[in-house]
Amino acid sequence: MNAPILSARGLQKRYGRVTALNDCDFDLYPGEILAVIGDNGAGKSSLIKALSGAIRIDAGTITLNNEEVHFSSPLQAQEAGIATVYQTLALSPALSIVDNMFMGREIRAEGIAGRWLRKLDHGKMREIAREKLSELGLMTIQNIDQPVETLSGGQRQGVAVARAAAFGSKVIILDEPTAALGVKESRKVLDLIQDVRARGIPIILISHNMPHVFEVADRIHVHRLGRRLCTVAPDDCTMSDAVALMTGAKAPPGESIAA
Amino acid sequence: MSETIPPTRRSAQDFETAVDSADRRVAAFDPHRRGPVEKLQHVLHSNPTLVPVIVLLGAVAVFGVVSGSKFFSAFNLTLIMQQVSIIGILAAAQSLIVLTAGIDLSVAAIMVLMSVIAGNLAVYSGVPAFLALIIAFVGGTAAGMFNGFLVTRVKLPPFITTLGTWSIFYALNLWLSGAQSIRSQDIDSAAPLLKVFGETIAIGPARITYGSILMVLVFLVLWYMLNRTAWGRHVYAVGDDAEAAELAGIRTGRTLMSVYALAGFVCGIAAWASIGRVGSISPQAFYEGNLQSITAVVIGGISLFGGRGSILGALFGALIVGVFQSGLRLAGVDVLWQVFAIGWLIIIAVAIDQWIRKVSA
Repeated sequence: MNAPILSARGLQKRYGRVTALNDCDFDLYPGEILAVIGDNGAGKSSLIKALSGAIRIDAGTITLNNEEVHFSSPLQAQEAGIATVYQTLALSPALSIVDNMFMGREIRAEGIAGRWLRKLDHGKMREIAREKLSELGLMTIQNIDQPVETLSGGQRQGVAVARAAAFGSKVIILDEPTAALGVKESRKVLDLIQDVRARGIPIILISHNMPHVFEVADRIHVHRLGRRLCTVAPDDCTMSDAVALMTGAKAPPGESIAA
Repeated sequence: MSETIPPTRRSAQDFETAVDSADRRVAAFDPHRRGPVEKLQHVLHSNPTLVPVIVLLGAVAVFGVVSGSKFFSAFNLTLIMQQVSIIGILAAAQSLIVLTAGIDLSVAAIMVLMSVIAGNLAVYSGVPAFLALIIAFVGGTAAGMFNGFLVTRVKLPPFITTLGTWSIFYALNLWLSGAQSIRSQDIDSAAPLLKVFGETIAIGPARITYGSILMVLVFLVLWYMLNRTAWGRHVYAVGDDAEAAELAGIRTGRTLMSVYALAGFVCGIAAWASIGRVGSISPQAFYEGNLQSITAVVIGGISLFGGRGSILGALFGALIVGVFQSGLRLAGVDVLWQVFAIGWLIIIAVAIDQWIRKVSA
């Protein structure tokens, strides 16, 4: 296999006396969907926050495309090409779909109006937003200027994923994308995930939903007690095995049991 | 055990196959079932400034009928503009803060402090008037940044921060002025530039002061900044949901700081305009200006929860207050009933805001 596009070695994160990440390793390979599963409190969120720049790690290294990176804010991670779709989606409900998609990377108009009056090019932003949404099959949304709060849960998820996928991202992190959705909307989001992967962007998927994980993931990273217990392929493993691994009912397969 | 269960993947789960035969529509709304009230709610939701515009036009029409040409004359209408110009400019500054889900109790205190500083420098210390005004603008910006520092760095709630700085700025203002006004004729002889916004352009019976024009200009410039620049979108996003904005890559601290600094700067401009409006410089002037600016903002339909409403609403809000006061006065109604009416306007405006926010799809 190729070199990992995103990897981490020996991550440490403590909150007071609680150790959230304990010498944690992580690898994501190009073009794959990697699911991260783990029981509540296993440190999945801390791992994701470390990778997306939302927390600062105490020790360890993160490398993106073989270059060591140090993120102190989500913005820095975004600029480096790691886009995260948080469980809360991080959308501004009162603002329009276009405003949300371009939040933080607005396009300025050309010429004097743009340079001196800092005028935005709304027409261009609308056009690009429409294009990106239809690429992902989300153009069921009629009005691109409607506030995000008037959309359904699945549509909001779609806007958030489109925003993550739209701007030359190298890696997309999806945190519990189907947790708040019904069966039909979950299906649409899973299709969307496959679409994004088909465009060559690797995805980290955090989910509690085993059927969803086993359906879309290429590899599964099992997180337990603040570290990577093992990675398994969904073909060599059943859902009950995965649950047994992440709850500690079963020892990880392979070489030796990690100390 | 594990061998008996075949691994299932790369296909829809078995339990989902039933979904294929199910109704495919997701949350479809029947457009005909939307009643007129719901439609109204929807329209108001997408055009938050519509309510104050309707109220303003309605009030002008009603008072025009009741009081006739006494009220509905170019002279009286431009007089209302002139009367609300200072509170209007303060309301513009207040709108910026309220859009970020904050509140600023110190806007008028900053304004009066800066007018006293500019007046002292220009009239008593012989500093050129334009330089004194620049110092007032810089001072207003600095005062705003002090509020912003306490809100973003020390993480104090804006209400408490500005409650404190209101008293601090007011005390500084009494100390610098010695609780004495600077007389109009002293300003005229030493620094007439300070009073330029009191001058009027007469078009027939209309008396438009430079101060009224300044108010409208301040609103238009801020409207442009809020609606046509990336900075403005960030201000709305921070007010709407600060955490989401931060995760979306907005430097929320920096955005908030710029908002407080700009609000302080606008208060500095208001200081200049207020000298022209009042004629003299009084440390006791505009003591209720803080709350009046909030009144204008609220009546203008800007949500106190942040992120919703247009700054032009605050302009209409200030004008509504002015129209009510003028109309009721000309109708011979006692001052206390003017205050009574404004109180109801505030409550109704906030109630309407709450109702509009409940809109869905």
